[in-house]
Amino acid sequence: MRGEGLEFGILMPLFRRKRGGLEPPSERAGVVKTEGVFLKCEGCREVLYRKDVEENLMVCPRCGYHFKISARQRLALLFDDGVYTELDAHLVSADPLNFYDLRSYKDRLTSAQKATGVLEAILTGEGTIGGYPAIIQAMEYAFIGGSMGSVVGEKVTRAIERALQTRAALIIVSASGGARMMEGVLSLMQMAKISAALARLDEAGVPYISVMTDPTTGGVTASFAMLGDLNIAEPGALIGFAGPRVIEQTIRQKLPEGFQRSEFLLEHGMLDAVVDRRQLRDFLIKTLAFMMPDQQRPPASGRREAREKPR
Amino acid sequence: MAEKEQIRQELVELEKRLEELSQRATTREEQEELTALKQRVERLREQFVRPVTAMDRVKLARHPDRPYTLDFVSWIFEDFIEIHGDRRFADDPAIVCGLARFHGEPVLVVGHQKGHDFKQRQFRNFGMPKPEGYRKALRAMKLAEKFHRPIFSFVDTPGAYPGVDAEERGQAEAIAYNLREMARLRVPIVVTITGEGGSGGALAIAVGDIILMLENAIYSVISPEGCAAILWKDASKADLAAEALRLTAPDLLELGVIDRIVPEPPGGAHANPRQMAEILDRFLVEALAEIRDLSIEELVDRRYRKFRAMGQYMELSEEQLRALLRGNAG
Ligand SMILES: [Zn+2]
Repeated sequence: MRGEGLEFGILMPLFRRKRGGLEPPSERAGVVKTEGVFLKCEGCREVLYRKDVEENLMVCPRCGYHFKISARQRLALLFDDGVYTELDAHLVSADPLNFYDLRSYKDRLTSAQKATGVLEAILTGEGTIGGYPAIIQAMEYAFIGGSMGSVVGEKVTRAIERALQTRAALIIVSASGGARMMEGVLSLMQMAKISAALARLDEAGVPYISVMTDPTTGGVTASFAMLGDLNIAEPGALIGFAGPRVIEQTIRQKLPEGFQRSEFLLEHGMLDAVVDRRQLRDFLIKTLAFMMPDQQRPPASGRREAREKPR
Repeated sequence: MAEKEQIRQELVELEKRLEELSQRATTREEQEELTALKQRVERLREQFVRPVTAMDRVKLARHPDRPYTLDFVSWIFEDFIEIHGDRRFADDPAIVCGLARFHGEPVLVVGHQKGHDFKQRQFRNFGMPKPEGYRKALRAMKLAEKFHRPIFSFVDTPGAYPGVDAEERGQAEAIAYNLREMARLRVPIVVTITGEGGSGGALAIAVGDIILMLENAIYSVISPEGCAAILWKDASKADLAAEALRLTAPDLLELGVIDRIVPEPPGGAHANPRQMAEILDRFLVEALAEIRDLSIEELVDRRYRKFRAMGQYMELSEEQLRALLRGNAG
């Protein structure tokens, strides 16, 4: 089974985009979600109709605040017609340290699986985006903080190796608190493993675009999230190596507003672009026109957009 | 605890007597007494500091008298010339790099540097590098690649510096970039975890062909205190976290993360740093000999496979997967 694309179509319902909006993940096998009609925006504090926000790809129509979305919603949003084949869905944690704190790690894994409907903190999809063959991975922040243990490391490495083999573009959408403590130093080593695989992808000239979403910190930022041919981020995402609380403890003072947010990183030269979720798919397709082989390229859009923004 | 205190007092007295005696021991009886005394002190010291728990090892790994990179450099290498700066922003004293000779052969040395007294520690930022430190290290390593010289890396840091300036200058990017580039450097790399292997801040100079680890060193994804604060919501549970994290050298050998454990002198590396250096020297010679005759392609491929194999997970069959999903949904 290793490295094979496994399709579990029956078990993993596909999400289709409808009129640019996102279907909520309510059709998950056996899970009935009773979500409210209203939603409070964390950006502008307005109470909004959930339906309006969903139609707007979970971006606040008033202030542009980007709500977190699930890994499945993310893949549906990016692939052509929201259609993809899931790869490596059968990899699950082996609890290599037999880790125990106030709860057992096994117990945490089971709760996370039940709460999110996914088996690990990252999903791999294979399909096309703008007609270009692509492997897109999305991290699931609701799964133990999107933390990276052996399974996430292995799934990312296999995705890289598959991209290397098929020359499909690789896009990884991060949302992670960093390496997973409960797998100890093995989690740390995933950073080296993935980065080594990315070196090969780099040498092969296969495109890799890293998309950072709120939040992307720790070992994920300090490995694959910062190694894209392009490193881009959604607006307002927290991105950094150390978390803000750790830094506040070190310097013993409050951090300024906006510190470690996407716009801050852009200003400090750490990002290629900050891209609104509603333009993300188009943005990625345009960059792939630059990076993918010429024979796969569809015609340009005809729009002329580069201009200096008024200050 | 009381027993430990007793041993400690006895040690202090015996060591005082040992010193007196060694000043003036001339007769045969005195010489014999001196030898016996030495043995007794050594045994006691071993008893006193023998690490039992993971937290004991954490303390030994952080001992302020533990030898650091520049100590090892002075005892193992010759003709060391330190090179400074990342050519971008600054020179980071938390990482030292230099050209040196190892048993006559030109090599590159990189390593964390903590500092032995308060002033030094402050200057070295307690061995916590900023992005410029990692960029300096990589610049030096690329120099080694250019001139086909092996690299020796020595790892001992609480972690990469978690500060405002480090974040502004791209701490994460600096670490990530080193991981990727070290994976494909076309020269042999021998890494030694000498003290604290503090997470990404350690790994950023620890991708190599052979990974050695001193007996009482630790290597972890997070400090035991940090882990305890998050998972136990109580930093004083660090001893429990230290056990759970499996961060000692024997643990890491079992997990396939390191290749070899380098034994420390009785009492730990700090009890006899020179002897520590002699032991390490033999291991470094052996490690380099093991990889130096490989072709560059073999070497880089071997390094890839080494890290590629790290991690443990389960692959479910389709039936197992269905069962799990049904169970989770129900
Ligand atoms: Zn809003």
